[in-house]
Amino acid sequence: MSSLRKSLFYRIDGIVLMLYVSLVIVGILAVFSVEHRTTDLSLFMMNKSYMKQLIWFGYSLVIGMMIMLTDSKFFSSFAFLAYTIGVAILIITIFAGVDVKGSRSWLGVGSFRFQPGEVAKIFTAMALAKFLSLPETNFKTLKHRLVGVALAMTPAVFILLQKETGLALVYFCFFLVMYREGLPNTVLVVGFSGVALVLTTLLVDRKVLFVVLTLLAALVAWLMRTALKRRWEPRLLLVGIWLFCILFSQVAVPFVFKHVLQAHQIDRIYSTIGKEVPDEYNKRIVAGEEKKGNASEYNVLQSKIAIGSGGFWGKGFLNGTSTKNQFVPEQNTDFIFCAIGEQFGFVGSAILIILYLSLMLRIIFIGERQRSAFTRVYSYCVASILFFHFAVNISMTVGLAPVIGITLPFLSYGGSSLLSFSILIFILVRLDADRQVLIR
Amino acid sequence: MSAAQNPRQYVISFIFIGIASIILLRLFFLQNFESKYKILANDIAIYKKVVYPPRGAILDRKGKVMLSNTTIYDLMVTPHNVPKTFDTAQFCAVLDIDRATYIKILDRVLTRNIDVRQSSFMEQLSPEQTARFQENIYMFPGFELVERNIRSYENASAGIVLGYIGEVSPEMLKRPRYASYRQGDYTGFSGLELQYEEVLRGQRGVHYLERDKFNRPRDPYRGGTLDSQEVSGRQLDLYLDADLQSYAEKLMQNKIGSVVAIDPQTGGILTMVSSPTYDPNLLRGRDRAKNYAMLYRKATRPLFNRATQATYQPGSTIKPMTGLVALATGAISPNFGLACYGSYNYCGRPIKCEHKDAGHAGNFRLALAHSCNSYFCHVFRLSVDYSKFKSVRAGLQVWHDYLYAIGFGRQTGVDIPFEGTGRVPDSAYYNDRYRFSWNSCTILFVGMGQGELSCTPLQMANGMCMIANKGYYYTPHFVKAIGKNPDDSLLKKYKEKHTVLNIPDTTFSVVQQAMQDVVESGTAIGAKLDGVTICAKTGTAENKAIVNGVVIKMENHSMFVAFAPRNNPQIAIAVAIENAGFGATWAAPIASLLIEKYLKDSVSVKRRVMEDKMINAHLINKYVYTIDSVLRLRDAEVYRARMERKRIADSTRNANSADMLERWLNQKLKKKK
Repeated sequence: MSSLRKSLFYRIDGIVLMLYVSLVIVGILAVFSVEHRTTDLSLFMMNKSYMKQLIWFGYSLVIGMMIMLTDSKFFSSFAFLAYTIGVAILIITIFAGVDVKGSRSWLGVGSFRFQPGEVAKIFTAMALAKFLSLPETNFKTLKHRLVGVALAMTPAVFILLQKETGLALVYFCFFLVMYREGLPNTVLVVGFSGVALVLTTLLVDRKVLFVVLTLLAALVAWLMRTALKRRWEPRLLLVGIWLFCILFSQVAVPFVFKHVLQAHQIDRIYSTIGKEVPDEYNKRIVAGEEKKGNASEYNVLQSKIAIGSGGFWGKGFLNGTSTKNQFVPEQNTDFIFCAIGEQFGFVGSAILIILYLSLMLRIIFIGERQRSAFTRVYSYCVASILFFHFAVNISMTVGLAPVIGITLPFLSYGGSSLLSFSILIFILVRLDADRQVLIR
Repeated sequence: MSAAQNPRQYVISFIFIGIASIILLRLFFLQNFESKYKILANDIAIYKKVVYPPRGAILDRKGKVMLSNTTIYDLMVTPHNVPKTFDTAQFCAVLDIDRATYIKILDRVLTRNIDVRQSSFMEQLSPEQTARFQENIYMFPGFELVERNIRSYENASAGIVLGYIGEVSPEMLKRPRYASYRQGDYTGFSGLELQYEEVLRGQRGVHYLERDKFNRPRDPYRGGTLDSQEVSGRQLDLYLDADLQSYAEKLMQNKIGSVVAIDPQTGGILTMVSSPTYDPNLLRGRDRAKNYAMLYRKATRPLFNRATQATYQPGSTIKPMTGLVALATGAISPNFGLACYGSYNYCGRPIKCEHKDAGHAGNFRLALAHSCNSYFCHVFRLSVDYSKFKSVRAGLQVWHDYLYAIGFGRQTGVDIPFEGTGRVPDSAYYNDRYRFSWNSCTILFVGMGQGELSCTPLQMANGMCMIANKGYYYTPHFVKAIGKNPDDSLLKKYKEKHTVLNIPDTTFSVVQQAMQDVVESGTAIGAKLDGVTICAKTGTAENKAIVNGVVIKMENHSMFVAFAPRNNPQIAIAVAIENAGFGATWAAPIASLLIEKYLKDSVSVKRRVMEDKMINAHLINKYVYTIDSVLRLRDAEVYRARMERKRIADSTRNANSADMLERWLNQKLKKKK
């Protein structure tokens, strides 16, 4: 209990805060590079996004200060209450939300607007942490596992009803947390394999995929040759998995694409991964009509152009032609990574990715050094949310993942996003400061 | 620590690192190995604006503008950038064309060029089209207006000298001279515009601008460091006198022929007319091709530069040269005389002379003044048979060398392209023609400017310069200064004095005196000008034409050569009028009027009658039209026959190479080419 004697200032984790501040500053500079014009008279123009982002950063710091002054037990005590209120607001938003680009995920109070779905992540993380750290919770029982999943998924359902698919998908990252707390390995393996199978089926040529899957199965068979010789179950399992993958990618998907889905649905699926519809699925070509350019793949193409043209060293700050002239849609928010990729090239992108990776690994490290389960679970929640946002956002800008509108933490322009991520981090830092205390 | 180290933290860390690595790997390949994105980024974001500098102006000797620029707009299209949702109806409405025309033009553009290259869609929009298009330009991505300067011929004269410009053709672009040109650029096609293309053209500037997603150009790319500044074309100052040129064109109207006037002291060409003339303003802009075809079809062939390309038998105008050579070689003395009684009978067949009175060829002066055919045929024979040369072949060669040195029988080197050579026959020519069996009698017509001798009016004027200067001349040329610099390296060759084979001054004095007599008491008395000593020689050249296999004797060509004043020569002139009659009747007065106009700046009142007569004379022979259609028919026939021969040769070759392997190889090789 020696460290308790030190004041709060000495107990907070400097590394996390430093990484947080540097990412926010990179974000403001990135937004600046998108919005700045050589014709601008002043650097500080209040109507520009980067100034607004700066102000949001100021608010975040004020709220962070307030969080620092709050007792760490407060967060665990009010976790369920906050969760309930959060879900209630999410429900209200479905009906009272402002219509923005077809989704009703924004709540407007006067001129002030925010996205409850972003903030609900905090409450969900806290509620999940609280539930998993309850002494009566035994996460080895199916019942408690289902409660955990329900806690994580309820907000997702309401957000889905708000037609904000991307944000709802974020809640799947809590499975990672629950895996850490005892969900069986198979959940993770099956989950990841499923996502991988779907993505590769869409991205990779069918025949190539067949060869790759078969080779993979052969490799596994060779590695497990002793086990396979001894028992018949693994043999059946292996053949079964292989057969399932083949049937899924070679028969089921083509069948569905050719006979079940409509042309516009196929367009939508392929445009989210930023790929042209293959000729065999293109109903217009099959029907002998002229091939129509897929309008929605434009975003990803422009994003790839911006990032790809950056090269190794980048074009230099404020020299990005795509960035400066707004060729990439949603450049300030979802596609802010293009600004980095174009202006700072591979070197800058790699440094940014390493910054993120350091932050996430540091948070895992923090989680593991906790005395109380609440803080540990909460840390994993923060790391997982960050990871999901980071991985999906950057992947979609380089055409590795579907374009689902989720932000890049700390970099993307937007008050709700910055504020909610800041609060997540500050609560973590506050809880970590009391790592020797048992919080329940 | 609440529990022992949980192994799953490493699994999760591993997942984080794994995914981050995949992203990094993807970025590495995307940013370092996929160069197409760099090209695409430049394509979409960088706008290459080509700035055409104004083409150089052309000024006459007094600084009067003859050729300059006015601004027009061309509509350029990059078909690749025209979106699929392009509003064709609106576009057609703005340009006032119909949809079929739009499709036709776009098809033509696409067949001529690849779709990512900018090509010209419509040239020289009218002011209304330009204004309407500029207002709506944001609606038509892929299209843009390019400002361009169009040539403007201020006095609508001297078209044949100034030339014209046009868009470079795909064939021209393959030639090394046009390596720096692009589709849609303009270049000189003839005259000075072609000869001084590199000077007049200037240097195209390229400005790189960034553009936004609405295709609007914005800031200069990289602060304009990659831009190249356009350089204006340089101005040409000519020796040409615009007033004299217009006056000469006026005098030559309704006649077929040409006028060349040269300043003997510099070699600068004061006037060059090839009649009939045309308005050079026809050969510019949108209707150039149409007007060109119209001019090309005319029977009088206005596009043919008769002053430098047409070759005539010079007739009597060559007699001063014949005499000069004979005197210079020592074959005769100035006192040599011949008793001519109307014909020359030494070579069997008599040759007619215009004069019968005894003593009209009593000496050189009298013979030249009266243009005695007998005398000059004999003098020519004497000079080629001169005992000093041992044989007629050697003698003719010497005679040929003299004329060649004076500038006959070859290009003078004037600074407009496509010059004709004319012909001065030498021994080899006659050996070939008469299979070595010829003597001075065979070729004596050459001495009086008929027979195998032919020359261009420019060569005749140049010959006058040489006599006026007593033995030297400068290569005739138009340009006095390039970009106000008279010492430009391009003009160096025109500053070189060409001296003709060391003929003594006294010989020239004799010839000049005789030519002075031509005007004062001889055949060209009508060309006499008060207060100016004109030295001249008339010529009446016989000519024949072959129409439908029948040789017709056409009306004589009226020729006249002169220079003035004798002691301080300012102007040397050659006038040739086809099928007009006697040289003294038409060519001589015109030359005299031009000399007066140039030296005295105006024509005296008492010569107005003569001036009116010359201006109003209509001397185009009716046969011109017949001959022209016959020639065109023949050309068409020749062309058809050539094509047919080629086709037959091709198919024969194909048939011969029936061997399967050979045919297959040929196909492969063709593909490679």
